[in-house]
Amino acid sequence: MGFTRFVEIGRVALINYGPDEGKLCTIIDVVDHNKALIDGPEELTGVKRQMIPFKRLALTDFKVKILRNARQGTLKKAFAEADVLAKWGATAWARKRAAKAKRASLGDLDRFKLMIARKQKARAVNTALAKLKKSA
Amino acid sequence: MQQPSVIGGRCMNAPPPSLIMAARMRAIASCMPPMRQYQVVGRKAPTEADPNPPAYRMKVFAATKVGAISSFWYLIHQMRKMKKTTGEILDVNEIVEKNARIIKHYGIWLRYDSRSGTHNMYREYRDLTLTGAVDQMYSEMAGRHRCRPRSIQIIRTGIVAAKDTKRAPVKQFQNSQIKFPLAHRIPREPSKKFRTVFKAQRPNTFFG
Repeated sequence: MGFTRFVEIGRVALINYGPDEGKLCTIIDVVDHNKALIDGPEELTGVKRQMIPFKRLALTDFKVKILRNARQGTLKKAFAEADVLAKWGATAWARKRAAKAKRASLGDLDRFKLMIARKQKARAVNTALAKLKKSA
Repeated sequence: MQQPSVIGGRCMNAPPPSLIMAARMRAIASCMPPMRQYQVVGRKAPTEADPNPPAYRMKVFAATKVGAISSFWYLIHQMRKMKKTTGEILDVNEIVEKNARIIKHYGIWLRYDSRSGTHNMYREYRDLTLTGAVDQMYSEMAGRHRCRPRSIQIIRTGIVAAKDTKRAPVKQFQNSQIKFPLAHRIPREPSKKFRTVFKAQRPNTFFG
């Protein structure tokens, strides 16, 4: 299997460590073999322009059409045009992250409600399955 | 060791200096205080014989103001007949980078004492700030030459135009069409508290 995600100008990445953990950003320049210059854009993703090590980045499939050292306005336009946020929200990766965050935020009662809901769902599925089996 | 310049004279050492969050974070990661650049102004204390001694200003790299003053006296003593006990510091300011939003190439000329002699050296770094480049330089000198900060003296620093850069490690990143994969990645936990020594499953290291 070959590589499909590359470090390149305009590559959208997910920050997986540090104060901006969980936010998307765009690579706007490569500093050296360890670090990139990134920008959110801040208005859309909440990440300020900064230098960040590749260790803290996870590359995504998305790429934004920008030139090196793009200003925030240009980047914001390109980012919105490429509709990255919506596309990212639809990926399995983002959905899993959201589900995990949701689960972690549940309280004791919420977990209980979840348990009941899962039981009800299982029951509905099982009865339907049993009916189908009988008629088959 | 930056040449002192008499106040009012032409300022030596052109590059605008710096301090920035990224440099700070990097230095925190390596457990070393980040370098800052200070401008220190000092002179001999006025006496009856010499009521108006010339003031000298020097730009030095140090982690703290106190370190900058100390460094000033160490360096000025090598060039002028001045010392701390008979002198005074007039002013200390931190100099911060003017434009820390684009990557520049910093050239650093330095002198260092190895185990067998003294060498001059020129090094280049890509960074957002001069102090960031100086931090990189100290780490690199420690790694490649086992050289401690106390045996390194920065002679001169400057911003180098991309076309004038000399070092291959710097040149290879000047390409605006640069493209490379990140191979063999170890997934990182989102926070230190989630780290484990042993994993239940062997991690996947290929992320396309």
